[in-house]
Amino acid sequence: MTRGRRAVAIVGVVLLAGGLAWGASGLYDFGHYHALYGKIVARDAVPDRSATNSVVVTAFDYRAFDTLGEEFILFVAVVGVAVLLRRLRGESGRDEDEVAEEDRRASESTRWIGMALVGPLVVLTAYIVVHGHLTPGGGFQGGVILMGAVAFVAVGGESLVLLHLRRTSSWVEMSESAGAAGFAMLGFGGLIGAGAFFQNFIANGTSGLLTGGFIPLANIAVGLEVGGALMMVISEFFDQRLHGQAT
Amino acid sequence: MSIYPYVVAAWLLGAGLWGVMSSRNYVHLIICLTVMQASTYVLLLSVGYVSHGKAPIFADIPTNSVVVDPVVQALSLTDVVVEATIVALLLALVVQANKRFNTVDPDAMTRMRE
Repeated sequence: MTRGRRAVAIVGVVLLAGGLAWGASGLYDFGHYHALYGKIVARDAVPDRSATNSVVVTAFDYRAFDTLGEEFILFVAVVGVAVLLRRLRGESGRDEDEVAEEDRRASESTRWIGMALVGPLVVLTAYIVVHGHLTPGGGFQGGVILMGAVAFVAVGGESLVLLHLRRTSSWVEMSESAGAAGFAMLGFGGLIGAGAFFQNFIANGTSGLLTGGFIPLANIAVGLEVGGALMMVISEFFDQRLHGQAT
Repeated sequence: MSIYPYVVAAWLLGAGLWGVMSSRNYVHLIICLTVMQASTYVLLLSVGYVSHGKAPIFADIPTNSVVVDPVVQALSLTDVVVEATIVALLLALVVQANKRFNTVDPDAMTRMRE
């Protein structure tokens, strides 16, 4: 580190430490949190929405507007990754057979186990997404578990399949856009059906899967979006293996 | 005992920050950034903790039981998503920088530009 940089670093660290100490002095004692908002949300989730997972009720119902912003952050970031990783001018392509050859170097047992676990993970994704309002889980978690399935496809030495899928059909992009649009539509549905943006406009139900009003629908929309978004990011990175060095 | 989780959060932040400052490799730097961000999860979850509280999911506990705060948990969900997007974007930048300069060392890149 040069002298100038060290000076900047020391000033920054001192300021940060001061800010942290100042901020930490106002914190609740560990285990003695007593802000009202969370308590009200936790108490109301079950009688108000018949949904037992109050975290998901917070994220997708009471504070759904914040989640909409979060959705769009994800959407824009994926567009950013796709733009950054486009094929540049003067970049030589690599032969697909060469990459497929590299993939086949994984051992036979790894490839079999990788392939065998894809199906169960997809089922687990569906389970986690549709039960999000009842037990731990939800759209975001489900989308990430779907990524686990994609990881197993790659471990199984078939990452090229993903690229072919991405190139020949548009359902990955469709899933991402439909998920993002679907979640926004639920907001407008609230505007039309109940008079306020993201007001819950579907009957709550009493018990079982069909409770929580639009929360299960929101979970499915978010699951589609997160799954599609992460799939796009992963396939962009895999696609880089087909790009050569820039000249 | 009551400040212990906050100390862990501060330590994670400090360790990650040291990694970011002293890194000679952009991929290493991004991993250090995720360590820094992990401190925010620890901080959020420990702020919302209520002594002997259960998870705020009433599937198998009575609705009047003492639970930890659900709002900070929803916030840490947002935090995770933002971290994932930032890491993806930064890694994409590193991939392109590596193509251009053939290195992932920040100092070497500066030297090459001169």
